[in-house]
Amino acid sequence: MSDLALDISLTVNGERVSERVEARKSLVDFLREDLALTGSHVGCEHGVCGACTMRVNGEIVRGCLMLAVQCDGATVETIEGISDSGEVADLQAAFEQRNALQCGYCTPGMIAAAQDLLKRGDVPSRDAIREHLSGNYCRCTGYHAIVDAVEAVAQARAGGKK
Amino acid sequence: MKPAPFAYKKVRSLAEAVALLGENKDARLLAGGHSLIATLNMRLSAPSLLIDINGIAGLDGISHKAGTVEIGALTRHAAAERSDAVAKHAPLLARALPHIGHATIRNRGTLGGSIAFADPAAELPACLLALDGEVDATGPKGKRTIKAADFFKGLFETALGPQDVLTAIRVPAASKDTRVGFAELARRHGDYAIVGLAASARADGKGNNSRLADVRLAYFGVGSTAVRAKKAEAALASGNVDAAVAALDLEPQDDVQATGAVKKHLAGVLLRRVAMQLLEARS
Repeated sequence: MSDLALDISLTVNGERVSERVEARKSLVDFLREDLALTGSHVGCEHGVCGACTMRVNGEIVRGCLMLAVQCDGATVETIEGISDSGEVADLQAAFEQRNALQCGYCTPGMIAAAQDLLKRGDVPSRDAIREHLSGNYCRCTGYHAIVDAVEAVAQARAGGKK
Repeated sequence: MKPAPFAYKKVRSLAEAVALLGENKDARLLAGGHSLIATLNMRLSAPSLLIDINGIAGLDGISHKAGTVEIGALTRHAAAERSDAVAKHAPLLARALPHIGHATIRNRGTLGGSIAFADPAAELPACLLALDGEVDATGPKGKRTIKAADFFKGLFETALGPQDVLTAIRVPAASKDTRVGFAELARRHGDYAIVGLAASARADGKGNNSRLADVRLAYFGVGSTAVRAKKAEAALASGNVDAAVAALDLEPQDDVQATGAVKKHLAGVLLRRVAMQLLEARS
């Protein structure tokens, strides 16, 4: 009826994947250890730091608070997929230009969370950017440069539409 | 850390979930998992089996009928936050929901899970208490309804039995006389509150003579459950905010975030903010 390990099939960054996983394995550990997708980072492992932020079925989630077995049939997009598609190229460039990263550990999660906000299409206020990134810890930058980068990209994308 | 090994079973019906809970005394239900999986990762909890209820049809969704808003237990916080029915008919929940965790948490966490977990610093149990709401639960003897006042028993302890599954919450739909207020203080947006207050009342009278009746003040983060401040409710109904603050009948304990004395002071600060919201005319 139930088991300690189960077979799952899911789509990861556009590719079909079928694997047998331990029930206790988190989604982020599955991606990192079984699929070698190490862009999603593991920080606190209890849903506080946001380093494992990724998309499941189009919505951002914490990869440490979902089990891999819960993703049977799901569509998962990690920072590798989100960046390879070019979707966040402008965010990546802005983070680099504005020194919005130092050690870079939080950056994949920051980019995923920022893109979730920006893909809504409007130019959010600095307060709204801070609120949306409140679930992502950065221990280097003090956040100011990150907010600058996200704001600049929001304005550039809005300008590009005119 | 990594969780201790456990088995996993995705169920398709309530009956299956209730039966499995009966067969496995230390099984846990998995809904959003945003409290449960964190405790598993920290090995504060080591169940032998997780029963995933996310595949049970009909346990999510929001409906408004006969003066009541009913929200299925599996409804995600983000779905309720986007819901027109919640915004219009359950304005206290609409005010509280953005304070729950962060975007990633609200995308997965469920309303039923938050109520069933009964964290004393969580927003939704206090809202349910302030609104005099109720929950539906299904167990081996069938379905029953439990009033909010009878549901929260103690620290992480509720009226749910070991084989019960919480299936829905219900709150009275707001009328034009309904007034609600919500405020919380947290070090970082989305963290559990140091102190928070969910409130409801009924406007009694019109215009400048408007007064409040049926005031319900439900504090969170100040005890082992969400608690009502009944003496302050009575004082606020008589129109005196200073007297309501002075009458605050709370005895918060020290915790990692603040001393009891600081929490008591902050409870008064929140009461003044929420009183202003309650006295605003509803648009």
